[in-house]
Amino acid sequence: MSKIKAAILGSGNIGTDLMYKILKNEGNMELALVAGIDPDSEGLARAQAKGIRTSHHGIAAILEDPEIKIVFDATSAKAHKLNAQSLRVKGKLAIDMTPAAIGPFVVPTVNMKEHIESMNVNLISCGGQATTPLVHAVNRVVPVHYAEVITTAASVSIGPGTRQNVDEFVRTTANAVQQVGGAKLARAIPVFNPAEPPINMTNSVYAVIKEEFDEGAVISSVQSIVAEISSYVPGYRLKGIPFIDYRETPWGRLPTVVIMNEVAGDGDFFPTYAGNLDIMTASAYKVGDLYAAHFLGSKEVSR
Amino acid sequence: MKIPRLTDTTLRDGDHAVSHSYTPEMVRTIVRNLDEAGVRIIEVSHGSGLNGSTIQQGFSTHSEFDLIKVAVETAKQAKIASLFVPGIGTSDELREAAEIGISVIRIAVHCTEADVTEQYFRLAKELGLEAVGFLMMSHTQPANVLVEQAKLMESYGADCVYVVDSAGALVQSGVRERVSALKEALTIEVGFHAHNNLGLAIGNTMTALEAGADQIDGTLRGLGAGAGNAPSEVLVAVLNKMNLDTGINLSILMDVAEEVVAPLMETPIVIDRDNLSSGYAGVYNSFLLHVRHAAEKFGVKASEIMEELGKRNAVAGQEDWILDVAVELAEKKGLKV
Ligand SMILES: NC(=O)c1ccc[n+]([C@@H]2O[C@H](COP(=O)([O-])OP(=O)(O)OC[C@H]3O[C@@H](n4cnc5c(N)ncnc54)[C@H](O)[C@@H]3O)[C@@H](O)[C@H]2O)c1
Repeated sequence: MSKIKAAILGSGNIGTDLMYKILKNEGNMELALVAGIDPDSEGLARAQAKGIRTSHHGIAAILEDPEIKIVFDATSAKAHKLNAQSLRVKGKLAIDMTPAAIGPFVVPTVNMKEHIESMNVNLISCGGQATTPLVHAVNRVVPVHYAEVITTAASVSIGPGTRQNVDEFVRTTANAVQQVGGAKLARAIPVFNPAEPPINMTNSVYAVIKEEFDEGAVISSVQSIVAEISSYVPGYRLKGIPFIDYRETPWGRLPTVVIMNEVAGDGDFFPTYAGNLDIMTASAYKVGDLYAAHFLGSKEVSR
Repeated sequence: MKIPRLTDTTLRDGDHAVSHSYTPEMVRTIVRNLDEAGVRIIEVSHGSGLNGSTIQQGFSTHSEFDLIKVAVETAKQAKIASLFVPGIGTSDELREAAEIGISVIRIAVHCTEADVTEQYFRLAKELGLEAVGFLMMSHTQPANVLVEQAKLMESYGADCVYVVDSAGALVQSGVRERVSALKEALTIEVGFHAHNNLGLAIGNTMTALEAGADQIDGTLRGLGAGAGNAPSEVLVAVLNKMNLDTGINLSILMDVAEEVVAPLMETPIVIDRDNLSSGYAGVYNSFLLHVRHAAEKFGVKASEIMEELGKRNAVAGQEDWILDVAVELAEKKGLKV
């Protein structure tokens, strides 16, 4: 069976973990190239060791190869803003893993179908991939007036890029909780915890509801989306059963759905505590695979 | 010993103790009295810092920017400060507070995460603010780690770095080591912020001064998160007895503490079982009321939740773990969740 050729741009942590995910899965993509800018990067060496073609001349090698149809950008928001246009001109789909947010936000379990013809899609953030589907799962049963998501990750798993721009994480994730999750109002708060041994990524979602609703229906909607997510992020699970807590809010005393979640990584390149990195690369893989299937016209995209 | 600069944070740390219910009238009265008494720095914001009005931290009944505005307008001599926690607040709120007229921003992070503050120190300096670094939960790290982190803040432009005993878990030797290490390593000022879980808020503050601290914190009547802080009026009385004249009028402070602040307390702040277990386990003080809420909802003891949170090394901003711990404890006991 023929496969769609894909390339990874950026041979850092995210790019390298994604490479292992593409190599270990029998999907619709074939990894044709890993391109970076640092000839001595560990990521490029690891790609070569796996027999993958590499380049340290950045995007050039990708643009020269007309066979490459899907490009995962794992560089930085700044670099992606420079690269997006040339990828588009060459007719290559960009799956943007940086916070550049040029294209629409996508989450595999929520809105792939809407954006299947898009040429540039953005994966939000680790917290966004973990929490927006949970908000969506509540919102498809009863409108969510306000959602607040707390993402806690081990300090050692948070790179310098994120640390230098916490504002960007906060804004991008909160925007996605509204746009993808469907909440009318939203907040996103990151927490970095330095405990040793490092903790797994955890997420909490508070969804404030203004009207009467069927608690059981909300809980089963959440449980079913968690099952779907764990089909492509195996370490994604609920902590306890979601419950309703009454809270004093600016809109009165209201029922608040509390959902607690934990994400353990698959240990492809990062240690398993780094669920925050794993959910990003696993989601990117899933998105890429759905597009590849669409390009092949062989399988129906489920959502 | 040097005469320290006292920052009164009744209207910030105390915000936790009144469940974020300060009104513009209360702020006006408290600021007027502190200002008249000669307190130079008055901190006003949500207890968890600018933009802290959330489910996780507790919603405020009044807009904190309105409260800050009242404070700025009321103070004749004193400068108004706010707390800022990266991730809870963003540059937008920092800019807005500066626009309203705060003079000092205190940028707080868990004491191993100073590198997330660079963006905000640089912005604060651009905005012309005095910028103070707050190393929260300082009991969790040895002096050498705090020095490393404080130096990062110094390199970003901090004017002072505080050793913050958020859990009220430090004893005097621990305070002395940490404050003197910072004094030795930094060229900027060093501060100390106490909590009273082990009954050491005043004692630890005096130890910090002996170790060279330049700035200290207090709250009227000790009104603050959990077991509360070093009471400002007691600090001034003690400093007077030590012949360290801060120029602050003790009798005004005593009156406002007694007549204005004490009536705000739902119950007196004492070192009860919950507060002692919190300090003993090294748990962030602002968790207290959230822990009590969860304990009641899930039928477990607050002190058990505190103990488990301490074991898990929860840091500031992790109120959601309280629910997680309460659910697990309830399940272990076979209670229906
Ligand atoms: N680390 C996380 O938790 C996480 C989670 C979600 C999203 N992200 C995002 O993913 C991206 C990568 O993160 P990371 O942790 O792998 O960072 P990283 O620094 O490890 O990797 C980035 C790599 O991109 C390379 N690069 C930079 N500019 C380039 C260019 N113009 N062309 C080709 N290569 C270039 C760098 O040499 C480096 O190898 C960032 O945008 C980050 O914000 C990271």
